[in-house]
Amino acid sequence: MEYTISNKAKLTTIILVVVGIASLAVGLLTGHGEHTSTRLWANLLVNGYFFFSISLAAVFFIALQYVSEMAWGVTTQRIFQAIMSYMPIGAVVLLVVFVASSLHMNHLYHWMMPGVMEEGSEHYDPIIAGKSAYLNQPFFWGRTIAYILVWYYFARWFRKKSLEEDRLELNGQTSPVYTKAIVKGVIFIAFFAYTSSSSAWDWIMSIDTHWFSTMFGWYCFSGMWVSVMIVAVVLVQYLKRNGYLKEVNSSHVHDLGKWMFAISCLWSYIWFSQFMLIWYSDIPEEVTYYIQRFEDYKVLYLGTFFVNFFLPFFVLMSRDAKRNGIFLIPVALIIFLGHWMDVLIMVLPGTMFDHGHVGAVEIGMFLTFLGIFIFTVLRALSKAPLMTKNHPMYDESIHLHT
Amino acid sequence: MSDKTIYAIYDDDYVLLESAKHLVEKGVHIRDVFSPFPIHGLDPVIGLPRTRIAIAAFIYGMIGVSLALTGMWFFMIHDWPMNIGGKPNFSLFDNIPTFVPVTFEFGVLCAAHGMAITFMLRNWTLPGMKAKNPYPRSTDDRFVMEIHTHDNEVSEDEITSLINQTHVLEIDVKHS
Repeated sequence: MEYTISNKAKLTTIILVVVGIASLAVGLLTGHGEHTSTRLWANLLVNGYFFFSISLAAVFFIALQYVSEMAWGVTTQRIFQAIMSYMPIGAVVLLVVFVASSLHMNHLYHWMMPGVMEEGSEHYDPIIAGKSAYLNQPFFWGRTIAYILVWYYFARWFRKKSLEEDRLELNGQTSPVYTKAIVKGVIFIAFFAYTSSSSAWDWIMSIDTHWFSTMFGWYCFSGMWVSVMIVAVVLVQYLKRNGYLKEVNSSHVHDLGKWMFAISCLWSYIWFSQFMLIWYSDIPEEVTYYIQRFEDYKVLYLGTFFVNFFLPFFVLMSRDAKRNGIFLIPVALIIFLGHWMDVLIMVLPGTMFDHGHVGAVEIGMFLTFLGIFIFTVLRALSKAPLMTKNHPMYDESIHLHT
Repeated sequence: MSDKTIYAIYDDDYVLLESAKHLVEKGVHIRDVFSPFPIHGLDPVIGLPRTRIAIAAFIYGMIGVSLALTGMWFFMIHDWPMNIGGKPNFSLFDNIPTFVPVTFEFGVLCAAHGMAITFMLRNWTLPGMKAKNPYPRSTDDRFVMEIHTHDNEVSEDEITSLINQTHVLEIDVKHS
């Protein structure tokens, strides 16, 4: 069945973008001093990273489906393909932030500041200088470009081959695209296993240059993974309510709900493990990160954790709740905001210090990006049939019964 | 009224499932099915209520969490406060991150053991209990359907003739 974007959906995304830009303008015009510029760049990084990572996790989930030869996900594969179509836009936003940082138009990354690594300079910082082998601009740019190019290559490949697969004449043979996609999936996951962590170090963790955490990469990775499951749950509910996706039955909805539940727990587990180990050992160079967050962002920071963990954990624990949109949608929407807030508090304390808060700029920027994201995803959905054809597991998937 | 129990024995789970669908369609009530492994999709066909083991597991888990927290409050805070790495030893709340891993593990332990023991007790399969399955081969390679005549309005002959329409291996009638 072909999907067409309804006028209501178009109007909603336009309203989101207009309200977002208006709120952003109000926030920037009423703000004063140097903080306003930093605030703008920090928010651009937050939303650039948050929405980009959702599309990246969609590529990961598709690769995972091929590698594990997962059958149930075939009916929702086009949803994930649509989500990853946002990737180029997200990449451009991130690159704009990084170029501006490199040219010193903003001061998000303290280690990029001239003189920080030169002995004798007034900005000299021996701790950061000790990290110069990894944190230097040429290497940073090499890595950033490699990540984005390779990830985008796989995203395009999965989408293109899936559309090609629809047009094949198979006569009972296994689709050749499927066997190739398994190999591609393995290569992607091997690459992603390293780069999901190292990109989080480069783009997010290096804001707090003095601090480091070996779990940080996994923390970002679980955050992006749960966000993409949330988006998929909401999209499936939305499409089903509008009469699409007849092939997606309550077992598929249940499975997506299970993923949202499970990865929420994974995220909470990693959040807590990172915190608990640092809290317990109490080493000055490690606790700085948490002291900043507990002194200036305590309610937001702890609130985010409790909402993102307890809400899905208790509401979605039962089987019936995972099959019911009345439970799924509110939880999904609230923890979607929760995971955006999580990225916000990864970035703000290191860039805005004690001046960061959720105001007109933050909300405006979020709504603008949300509007663009929803529109891009829906447009990609309308470009191809909602069901794949010729996928060898398609029959098994539509008869899923759990 | 004499009650008779009819056992229909099959050698394939899928055949049994299809036969059960056929019998239920004709209005036969199936009391129970014995099989070596769970048969997917059988429960709704023979009208078994949904299992409540998940609710039990949740309750056991919560009991584990409360027990762990109470225990650690008593051992580590109330009865004999210990200074470990300078962590707050005078209040459960301030020292809660320390206790989370043990609380979590103990919750899982209680939920898992409670669930397993409840399940085995309910099925009467705890070690030492006498097996109640009518055909020992239903633990190996046979699939047995149990039908009671007093559950059904149709007569015994009609039920057996209906069973004979399916690919049944053997029918056995017992008086009880």
